[in-house]
Amino acid sequence: MVKFLFQRTIGMAITMFFVSIMVFVIMELPPGDYAERWAFRKFSGTGAQITEADLDNIRANFGLDRPAPERYFKWISGIVLHGDFGEAFAFQTSVNNVIGQKIWLTLAILFSTLIVTYLVAIPVGIYAAIRRGSAEDYALTVFSYLGFALPNFLLALVLLYVSITVFDSSVGGLFSPEYADAPWSIAKAKDLLGHLIIPAIILAWSATAFQLQTVRATMLDELNNLSVTAARARGVPEWKLLLKYPARLAINPVVSTMSFDANRIFSELPIVALVLGLPELGELLLKSYLDLDMFVAGAILLILTFMIVFMNFLSDIFLAILDPRVKLIEG
Amino acid sequence: MANTKEITKDNLLEVRNLKISFKTDEGIITAVDGIDFSVKHGQTLGIVGESGSGKSVSTWSIMRLLPKNSIIDKGSSIQFHRKSGKVVEMTKLKANSRELRKIRGGEVALIFQEPMSSFSPVYTIGNQIVEAVLQHRDVSKEEAEEIAVDMLDRVGISNPRQRFRQYPFELSGGMRQRAMIAVALSMNPSLLIADEPTTSLDVTIQAQILELMNELQEELGMSIIFITHNLGVIAQVADEIEVMYLGKILERGKTKEIIQQPQHPYTQALLEAIPRLDRLGERLTAISGDIPSPLSRPVGCPFYTRCEKVMPGICDIEMPKPTQLSETHTVYCFLHEEKDV
Repeated sequence: MVKFLFQRTIGMAITMFFVSIMVFVIMELPPGDYAERWAFRKFSGTGAQITEADLDNIRANFGLDRPAPERYFKWISGIVLHGDFGEAFAFQTSVNNVIGQKIWLTLAILFSTLIVTYLVAIPVGIYAAIRRGSAEDYALTVFSYLGFALPNFLLALVLLYVSITVFDSSVGGLFSPEYADAPWSIAKAKDLLGHLIIPAIILAWSATAFQLQTVRATMLDELNNLSVTAARARGVPEWKLLLKYPARLAINPVVSTMSFDANRIFSELPIVALVLGLPELGELLLKSYLDLDMFVAGAILLILTFMIVFMNFLSDIFLAILDPRVKLIEG
Repeated sequence: MANTKEITKDNLLEVRNLKISFKTDEGIITAVDGIDFSVKHGQTLGIVGESGSGKSVSTWSIMRLLPKNSIIDKGSSIQFHRKSGKVVEMTKLKANSRELRKIRGGEVALIFQEPMSSFSPVYTIGNQIVEAVLQHRDVSKEEAEEIAVDMLDRVGISNPRQRFRQYPFELSGGMRQRAMIAVALSMNPSLLIADEPTTSLDVTIQAQILELMNELQEELGMSIIFITHNLGVIAQVADEIEVMYLGKILERGKTKEIIQQPQHPYTQALLEAIPRLDRLGERLTAISGDIPSPLSRPVGCPFYTRCEKVMPGICDIEMPKPTQLSETHTVYCFLHEEKDV
């Protein structure tokens, strides 16, 4: 197991190295650079003439005149050694300050969505498979396909409307107005959770639909497995054998696709966040691209991809714990 | 009618007029069509037949392991002598009832053709034996582990303590089948149903497993139902043999009677199909044609479509009645019915 963990960690580090190079290339890709943008914003309307020499000065100020490999090395070593993601030029502060709060919100939404997804999809999928062909099975299937079919922003709008008209509370934003500037307390944490659950439900619905069908299909396969009949022939009580044999294996495909779920959530989150007025990373990413604020964009891309790679790493470890055959193949 | 008859004392299990059908999309398929068989205490009954003859279905029904779309006919009777001396009618037991669970494993154990897929790959061999022991014996977990290791040792697995902690895929095919036998016997059953236990093994391992089963039967005194398509295998283990074809029994008798004086053309054909050392060089005779689909069962004797001695106008009209050739030997064939007339 130690060897396995070590291998996976090395694998993750290598993946992240290549990811960081790709992110850096993406940061370099947009035409023009921040120096031009900065000069344009600062001097437009003042009538001042900007010469190439001025631009070079600005570049030198921001360290943009160094060759690419050197800048890459400076950038990545700052991140790895000091957790410093560089300067956010447009905000005139560090990237860490700009994305700090938002990264926690994004991660909180990611994990609460994953938790809601798995808490619903796994038990319900198992139940639907056991009661295959029953009215409950069909009802659950229809309900989960609704999650597939309905666009998330529509769902967000509906939930927003319902919560305002029926519950007379706003689901938008992160905190209710009375807690927005209050110091941290248990009540404030509860308020945060209350606001997180809405985006989590919206995002989890479609992920749940997918995973529920996966669990159900795997469970149906496993139910016909001879090892289940063999356990039954040993007199093991029905509920116990269902949980011990087929249900345990039905979790495998869910565990192994955790990073797909993370990816899906990251790509759907910005629209939902826009509708619900949540300050998360997606919107900032778009804005930083428009401003050519490349260190902000790079930091966000790097963090999001790292999360996906990390979820993959977690998948591998969970799978190895769940299924002894995995370790055998990895050697 | 059959239900009113009480099981005789020497019989551990008595199956009468067993009829099993399956509801499928194509309609109702009858897999087993009114068969009788019985197993005496401490003896081995062999059931022989090709794939699809209903041999597995009829034995799985004893433990009520058939899928939900199966129907056991109301006139069928499966009577079983429990260890307590009580006789139970297995067809009347409620699904998932406590009594059924006690009998499953604890009194009737089953080993399968595929030892690989009958173990769950994600638990160790030991885990699955201990589970079985704890289910049926009043022992602590530590004692159950001791019983499991001891049982692995008894079925001839070397390093039983190490094997105990291994996963099924880490064992060879022969080892897995031994482990499967260990699981079954650790529950101390009075009847062991072996559903083609040696079919997936190579010939040397097959011989070892057969020998092991014979030894263990002598030691533990249990009865065995041995299912196979290979008459050569069954001759080594069975006391009595039933020959099944398409859900019907065509011939039954003592092993000696069936092997040395087979009377039904089907049994004779099966014996012809076994390779023999004294007939090297001769071509093996295969039974021509395929077993008919259970969806279109032939009227009359089920074997007439492939029988070399078929008598048109007789065999394809109705099922022949049983003909007693000796006290123990019975055949269902018009060739013999005529002799009696």
